[in-house]
Amino acid sequence: MTPAKSDLPQGTLDLLILKIIALGPVHGYAIAQRLDQVSRGVVQVPEGSLYPALHRLENRGLIAGDWKQTETGREAKFYRLTQKGRKQLETQAADWQRLIDAVGLILGMADGGAQ
Amino acid sequence: MSWLRRLWRRTYLEAQLEKELRFHLDQHVADLIARGYTPEDAWRQARLALGGPEQVKEKCRDARGTRWLQDLLQDNRYAFRTFRQRPGFTAVALLILALGIGATTVMFTLINSVLLRPLSYPEPDRLLTLHGFTQHFGEFWGFSYPDFSDLKRDARTLALAAWTYGGGTISEPGEPQYVDGREISAELFSTLGLPLLHGRAFRLDEDAPGGAPVVIISYGLWQRDYNGDPAAVGRSIVFEGRPYTIVGIAPPAFQLDGEAEVFIPLGQKPSTDPRMQVREAHFLHVVARVRPGATLADAQAELSLIARHLADEYPKSNAGLGMLAHPLQRELVGDVGSTLWLLLSAVGLVLLIACVNIASILLARAVSRERELAVRVALGAGRGRLARQCLTESAALGLGGGLLGVLLAAMSIRPFVAFWPGSLPRSQEVHLDWRVLLFAIIVSLLTGIVFGLAPALRVPMRSLDQTLRAGARTIAGSSRHLHSAFVISEIALAAVLLISAGMLGRTLLALSSLDPGLNVHNVLTARFALSPGARTNPEQIRAAWQDVLDRARRVPGVESVALADIIPMRVGENVLPYSSTPNPPPNQTPVALSSSASPDFLNVMGIPLRQGRFFDEHDRIGREPVVVIDDNLAQHAFGGKDAVGKRLWVRAMGREPVRVVGVVGHVRHWGLAGDDQSRVRDQIYYPLAQVPPSLLHVFSSIMSIAVRTKIPPLDLVQPLRQELRGAAGDQALYEVRTMEQLVSASLAQQRFLLLLFGIFAGLALLLACIGIYGVLAYLTGQRVSEIGLRMAFGATARDVIGMVLRQSLGMILLGVGIGILATLAASRVLHRVIEGMRPAEISTFAITIAVLVLAALFASFLPARRASRMDPVSALRQE
Repeated sequence: MTPAKSDLPQGTLDLLILKIIALGPVHGYAIAQRLDQVSRGVVQVPEGSLYPALHRLENRGLIAGDWKQTETGREAKFYRLTQKGRKQLETQAADWQRLIDAVGLILGMADGGAQ
Repeated sequence: MSWLRRLWRRTYLEAQLEKELRFHLDQHVADLIARGYTPEDAWRQARLALGGPEQVKEKCRDARGTRWLQDLLQDNRYAFRTFRQRPGFTAVALLILALGIGATTVMFTLINSVLLRPLSYPEPDRLLTLHGFTQHFGEFWGFSYPDFSDLKRDARTLALAAWTYGGGTISEPGEPQYVDGREISAELFSTLGLPLLHGRAFRLDEDAPGGAPVVIISYGLWQRDYNGDPAAVGRSIVFEGRPYTIVGIAPPAFQLDGEAEVFIPLGQKPSTDPRMQVREAHFLHVVARVRPGATLADAQAELSLIARHLADEYPKSNAGLGMLAHPLQRELVGDVGSTLWLLLSAVGLVLLIACVNIASILLARAVSRERELAVRVALGAGRGRLARQCLTESAALGLGGGLLGVLLAAMSIRPFVAFWPGSLPRSQEVHLDWRVLLFAIIVSLLTGIVFGLAPALRVPMRSLDQTLRAGARTIAGSSRHLHSAFVISEIALAAVLLISAGMLGRTLLALSSLDPGLNVHNVLTARFALSPGARTNPEQIRAAWQDVLDRARRVPGVESVALADIIPMRVGENVLPYSSTPNPPPNQTPVALSSSASPDFLNVMGIPLRQGRFFDEHDRIGREPVVVIDDNLAQHAFGGKDAVGKRLWVRAMGREPVRVVGVVGHVRHWGLAGDDQSRVRDQIYYPLAQVPPSLLHVFSSIMSIAVRTKIPPLDLVQPLRQELRGAAGDQALYEVRTMEQLVSASLAQQRFLLLLFGIFAGLALLLACIGIYGVLAYLTGQRVSEIGLRMAFGATARDVIGMVLRQSLGMILLGVGIGILATLAASRVLHRVIEGMRPAEISTFAITIAVLVLAALFASFLPARRASRMDPVSALRQE
């Protein structure tokens, strides 16, 4: 058993999941795939914590799940964003952007000081 | 989805979760195969990436938010299943808990009803009782009528009412019956804030000399004699030979120190009772309510001011007399509170032992289930979850026991109140209410958590693989300390109860063997009031008394008869200041219990005469006033020498001195237990025949008859009743007691507490022994292979028994040591609560501890012997 280790800062997993679901209804396996692909392997989400996170978000009413046919004809649970989830994504993304900007500024200033 | 709905759709959600994860795995496997993996590798890879499916599911379930409830239901189902599997353990545990919680609940019900619940009057916290106070006598309950009247007139912050005792005979309607009564001022019901059930309270004009003869009857009398008919108001009764009109029925909640049945206006008395005009006669109980807008501090300040004014105005009677206010509830309840708390603590100790007992059994079980639990952790159970399940199990046990306990308490509370020695204050109000239920629930849950905590905390303690790899043998070690701690605490708790019970037993023995100062065998006493018709003038009263004496003497079986106003060890007292000099400094005089008696009193009571003589027929009014004193007073006043012939000044008996004609032995009037600590220890007897005519009317209703008999005294009750009914048939004997009953009643509190402590201590001993037996049986069971090895190397059965007993003796002695220390602390409480409590003696400790240690050793001997008898070969094979 590989130790479940995530390098993601606390709370970021929810944000990433919300963002991926915002692009269109998607099932759990596809979310895992996409996280892997989009981040080019940098973000490694242990699949063991993906599903609890999905169920938590569903419980809080940020996403909703529907059972639909996949292109291969199997039934899968597709998640979509609710109204509440969309708002949550917007505020969280904005917060995140501000944080990154601030951190970038500080890091940039430190560089400038060294030159 | 609401959480409730999610809960109902649990199965559906479970299926969905399964399906979702299944899809994920299949998809992953398909992808991997497409990338060139073999199906086996792909499957392995996918499983690894997802993690243990059961763990993932558990986490998803946690995310659902209905977890706690779902678990609770599941845990409860599981708990009931385990209970069903072990019906013996469950029944014993439930029984022990039911007894412990039941007893605790009974005690708490009493404390709740008597002490905690406010009086059932409106705004009970504004109700006060007033006391008098002087430097010399300390605090006392009585007020004089003139002081009360002045106070009522002047007080702005207080509404005041007064009452005093006064029973009598109802001669019509029906058979003559003696009833307890109170004389009350008109404001009493309004001060208490209690409306009458029917009719009205007294009017002010009725509470004054010459007022119309009106009476209020109690709820009990109304139910008994009038079948609760509201038309009783307006009827007339003959009370004490006087016709009265019933104007009101008191509500059932109305209670003034005891159960009075007839209430008449206090203020009508002055013409007949000389005490009413005298400021020295402190015979009234005063009840007050703080008026709206005023505070207790205001009231207290005003009381001090008024007391000072009265002292200035009437220095002879009121100099140095202060007035104090106390909450009425404290007065009504008296000192029963400390006894109740003492009993609650004792019961609490028993409950604690029961908890420890069950905890040790549960712990033993948890240890033996350790591998099972480890397997469940490996299969995906969270450790917190397992701990919670352990706690649920014990909490369910605790609540089950609590439920049975409350049922037990509900059934036994009434018999217990009836069993209480003397009368328990506010006993009509004792019942189970929501507070008691809340208490029982909290106690049950706490109990469950206390005994479930140890096994529950064990669950995550050991690392998983170690447990799984370990053989059964090695597991026991870590719990041994906990088990020893259980045994030690059980022994310590049991020691506290046992030694306390031993101390109480010693105290009771010591008190019972005290000499009461009289011959208590074959003496019958009873109160009686002369027939109202025979009380019109002093000569008639004296003749009626003589008639009673003559008639009683003629009853077969009677040896001698006397009249007295105070009977030893019975409630009732008359304490008078005396002095051996003509002009003692004010408020510095000693006091003595003073009884008036007829000449045969000494013979009837069997009180030894030390010097001089007792009264005879010649000591009557017009001759020199004489008294007989007890040896205590002779010692205090005359140094114990030649008291006969000396003079005493007793203000209540007039300005002139009285002559001491005899010295008799001291009588333990305040009870075998209480007399030594009593404030008043000197005693004076004066002849009934020398009581001045002005006081005879009072005396005519308060005298008692005492009879020395040649046959068992209770056989004479009926003949005496018959003979002494009087010409009009309305002289009733009441409070009929033998002296033996009175002596024994004076130790009722001690005997009652000894009985309860004895029961508690016995229970504690039994529980502790069961606990030790269980723990040692378990510990030796865990050491089977070690013991087998020792025996294989030549250890004998004796060695094995010795080894086990040494182990338990260590625990027992440590427990006893802690118990002794705790008892030394507890004995101070006992000392304060119980009158006449003896200090702890070495022999008491020695006996009770010997009993405890022997019982505990016997309990450990059984598992030790079993261990010594096992076959070493099979023990070694056992794994």
